[in-house]
Amino acid sequence: MKLNVKYFGMIAEWAGSENGQLDFSGTSVVELRSEIEKRIPGLNSSSYQIAVNRVIATDEAIITLGDEIAILPPFAGG
Amino acid sequence: MSTEKKPKNVFVQGPITPEKIATSIAHHQVKTNIGGHDIFLGQVRADEINGKTVKAIDYEAYEEMANKKFHEIREAAFEKFDLTCMHIYHSLGRVNAGEICLFVFTSSAHRRECMEATRFLVEEIKANAPIFGKEVFEDETHVWKENK
Repeated sequence: MKLNVKYFGMIAEWAGSENGQLDFSGTSVVELRSEIEKRIPGLNSSSYQIAVNRVIATDEAIITLGDEIAILPPFAGG
Repeated sequence: MSTEKKPKNVFVQGPITPEKIATSIAHHQVKTNIGGHDIFLGQVRADEINGKTVKAIDYEAYEEMANKKFHEIREAAFEKFDLTCMHIYHSLGRVNAGEICLFVFTSSAHRRECMEATRFLVEEIKANAPIFGKEVFEDETHVWKENK
């Protein structure tokens, strides 16, 4: 399935874009992690979280077509 | 009953001005059931990193998720503390060193509730709101900030 992925902060810099499309054949967040880490150099050695439909997702969470995916670097508000 | 519970946009473009803070305080003078206010102001610090001085922070956010998260944090605070009023504003875009980037304002009948609520809110915002900050140096190079 084709997933629309949003990138933020330093991860958007590494990806060269704030939005991307990813052809994803897996089902869980942990599979998405390894797929995205292959595409964005530096990501596997950094701390980041994945949000699915605007909620932080666990590695076991299931991804379905149409989900809103976001790759989030460490927070810095305040 | 509070009228502060509906989802709202907490983001303002650029720094939060002292005038906005003063006006916000003035608006509460009609609410005479309030006996105490507590305010937290986050200010951009001119940190020195590898010999260079931070002149500003450029803030960005995953706004849709952040507003949802702020709503959850507000609801949790209203649940936990007996508050009359609660206001939260956070900057987006450039905020220079010395300017205000976060304004948390709580009010209650007695001091303890608003003081504890403010601390809770600030810690929750720092840990859970998807806001990102680029620390910009005088030569316009940058590093990404990370909350400790």
